[in-house]
Amino acid sequence: MSVYEHAYKPYAGPLTPEWSRFLIIPRHAYRDVFASKLFTGFFALCFVCPLVMAILIYLHHNLTFMAAFNISQIDLQNVFPINSAFFQWFLSVQAVLSGLLTVLIGPPLISRDLANNALPLYLCRPLSRAEYVIGKMSVLMILISAITWLPGELLYLFQSYLEGAGWFANHLWIAGAIFIGSWSSILLLALLSVTISAWVKWRLAASAGLVGLYLISSAVGLMIDGVLQTRWGGIFSWSIVMRTIEDSLFRRPNSAGLPSWMALPTPAAWIMFALFLSLCLFLLTRKVRAYEVVR
Amino acid sequence: MENASDITDQPLASVAVLPDAPAERAAEPVISLDGLSVQFGGRPILKELNGELRGRAIGLLGPNGAGKTTLIHTLLGFHAPSSGTAHIFGRDIRVEAKQIRTLIGYMPERDSFISNMSCVHFVRIMAELSGLPEEAALERAHEALFYVGLGEARYRKLGTYSLGMKQLAKLAQAVVHGPRLIFLDEPTNGLDPPARARMLDLIRHIRDSGKAHILLSSHLLRDVEECCEEILIIKNGRIAVYCNLEEERKSNRKFLELETRGEREAFVDAIGELGCEYALTSERRLKLVLQEEAQIRDLYRIAGEHSVQIRRLNYKRDSLEDIFLKAMEEGNGVAHAGGPRT
Repeated sequence: MSVYEHAYKPYAGPLTPEWSRFLIIPRHAYRDVFASKLFTGFFALCFVCPLVMAILIYLHHNLTFMAAFNISQIDLQNVFPINSAFFQWFLSVQAVLSGLLTVLIGPPLISRDLANNALPLYLCRPLSRAEYVIGKMSVLMILISAITWLPGELLYLFQSYLEGAGWFANHLWIAGAIFIGSWSSILLLALLSVTISAWVKWRLAASAGLVGLYLISSAVGLMIDGVLQTRWGGIFSWSIVMRTIEDSLFRRPNSAGLPSWMALPTPAAWIMFALFLSLCLFLLTRKVRAYEVVR
Repeated sequence: MENASDITDQPLASVAVLPDAPAERAAEPVISLDGLSVQFGGRPILKELNGELRGRAIGLLGPNGAGKTTLIHTLLGFHAPSSGTAHIFGRDIRVEAKQIRTLIGYMPERDSFISNMSCVHFVRIMAELSGLPEEAALERAHEALFYVGLGEARYRKLGTYSLGMKQLAKLAQAVVHGPRLIFLDEPTNGLDPPARARMLDLIRHIRDSGKAHILLSSHLLRDVEECCEEILIIKNGRIAVYCNLEEERKSNRKFLELETRGEREAFVDAIGELGCEYALTSERRLKLVLQEEAQIRDLYRIAGEHSVQIRRLNYKRDSLEDIFLKAMEEGNGVAHAGGPRT
């Protein structure tokens, strides 16, 4: 084809690698997402916490600076010790922001395509249903990565640089905890978000569904625990399951200080996590189709 | 990066689109159906379809619910066959669906868009998803929109388009990556006469370019008749009729019906001497079978020599409507000779 010749011509040029095509979806989605000044401002705000944490790490290792402001290093060590709790706290703050970010951009991801009957257009091209879903999830996964494990690992490296190679080697498990803890949150948020988006067409309802699921699951979990005096109600609570997983990764059992009879065993939390992801995948396979077949 | 020509040329060189080369056209079918059956919830929708389609433009006809759209969706890989399979350019839809979709463009029947974006952006994304690099995708998106006649409106949001413009935008996204086979599902649906004529012009233009095959599904017989050279009529999930319209037209060209004025005895004798069989059907009308070597101009010449006026000359031909209606009246599984195996 040519603008001037107005003739039909096949394309014979190079093609992009097949594995990379799902990334086209987030690339174009970001045009819409960052067109909103509100979202751009919120996203910038998500980097305040990593910045503050970096400053704290810096202060820990800068005697001159602290002396100038009459702060003793020992006080600072007591108030903000740089240990697994420090990094877990960082991840907890960023997890809340990740949740808000998901509520802002997650709901329309698939529902818009369903409402506009766009799925046949995606799926009639060399793009599988799995790649389509991964592409949609990537919109969230990339943004949440940018505010969770990426700055978390940078903070870890910064601390290692200032503390010395010994600290880096001895605390390598913290780097692993940051990475795995972040990705478990990312997977949960992204998968849950696209699942709700695939089943609920209205954006507001989908956003409310996301928040509601978090609140209701937490309330139900605590209610079961309280009424039946058991620890197993926690398996229904999204927040308790994720907290238990993080605690195990950061080697801080029951960091929330729950009564010991309420603490959920770590394997149970992982099993619930896996079951929840499987349920989301099952629901997605039911809904993400080029055309719904009326049987 | 792989190359588009790598995909299209390697095992398919022998079936490259050469519409006017019968030997090559005969070499490999565009679509071959091998006992293709599709069921939804145990209910058979397509029943053991067999056949080979080779034309540049293939019309897919059938009453509502016959299985036309299901056939297209199955060829695109949206539905898995319950038994049998189909091949597109020699590739099995069961095992090479992704590669096949690189070679196909699809214009769906219903409105299908990605919301809240300009048309050029939409077509560009579709090109990128087909594997074109960013720059090539953008360039071809502009070209495709100029090609279909939306050049001036390409920066407008799709939501502001009229129905006719939306149909053209759907066509643009179907051809932007230069596919070798284009599925058009009811492309003239809801169009006013000028828009319909424009759409059919574009379809004929693509067909005549010889660079792509077209499978046109429509319930408008006129559209299919104007654009297609082969037709496949589906009824109750089975192939009711396959026919090559070109050959049908050629064979129909021999049968003529004339209305004359003047003394015609000498005229009909002269026609008989020309080797044509004839029958007088009324005082002024006659039917005749034109021989291979005789031309219509010979009839006018003879009429002039015998002072006979030819007031009307009609081809006695089966229109597509006749063929369609016959197929609907006849039982299932009836195919014309030389058509698909049933």
